Amino acid sequence: MTVKELLELEKFEAVNIADDSRKIIGGYCGDLLSWVMGRAEENNVFVTIMVNVNVIAVASLINVSCVVICENAELSDELITAAKQKGINLIRTPLASFEACAYLSNLI
Amino acid sequence: MSEAINFHYVVDGDDFTSAGEASVDIKRKLRQLGVDPAIIRRVSIAMYEGEVNMVIHAEGGTVDVNVYEDKIEMILSDEGPGIANVELAMKAGFSTAPDYVRSLGFGAGMGLPNMKSYTDGMEIDTKIGVGTTITMVVNLK
Ligand SMILES: Nc1ncnc2c1ncn2[C@@H]1O[C@H](COP(=O)(O)OP(=O)(O)O)[C@@H](O)[C@H]1O
Ligand SMILES: [Mg+2]
Repeated sequence: MTVKELLELEKFEAVNIADDSRKIIGGYCGDLLSWVMGRAEENNVFVTIMVNVNVIAVASLINVSCVVICENAELSDELITAAKQKGINLIRTPLASFEACAYLSNLI
Repeated sequence: MSEAINFHYVVDGDDFTSAGEASVDIKRKLRQLGVDPAIIRRVSIAMYEGEVNMVIHAEGGTVDVNVYEDKIEMILSDEGPGIANVELAMKAGFSTAPDYVRSLGFGAGMGLPNMKSYTDGMEIDTKIGVGTTITMVVNLK
């Protein structure tokens, strides 16, 4: 699926979209950023509840298709600005990480 | 290109959240040089872990990146406390990071193992009370 198709789903809200044509070919869920850097792959959806700005740096280095922040966690201006500057697709959902992954895994 | 192209960065030790500026910049520079994206990814992730370590554990330092015809070399130097037991520090899961670092998603003890697995060679030169220099090499096929 693409980021655009993901955003058509009811529970996924666009926070910053740089390129909605990016393909999602798999996913990785985690909050420990070194694990994410060790395991997540390019063109994955990165599902997390972490909301500090390092998330954006990690997403950029791995070149994930998008970041999905779960549990409607509160997003700082700093995070959103960083996503804008680095061209990261940032999406939010009220779903918990497990639910978001279970849901998305059927669609990818 | 017969001579190396060099990039030098100073990593600020105070600001954990801005750690990664050097890695993100090198990513851009290597892209301009036409380096293979898979190689760029490995270099920038390894360097980011190194940068984060310098900020968390050593109050900052410097990074020198040398791009040769056949390899990319990253030299991360700090004047921090040094690493007492390198073998232990290299173990997946070993960390002395403080709690605030954990709350930000780092301190899982996977940084040095990641640096090793994303590079073709890594050497740690460290002395207690003097500092640490980590040299990593990624081959360009
Ligand atoms: N530049 C450094 N200076 C001093 N100690 C370091 C440095 N880099 C790593 N270490 C030590 O090695 C340990 C393991 O590093 P790492 O695998 O990156 O895990 P983490 O950073 O999550 O603790 C650190 O907890 C720290 O004790
Ligand atoms: Mg580390």
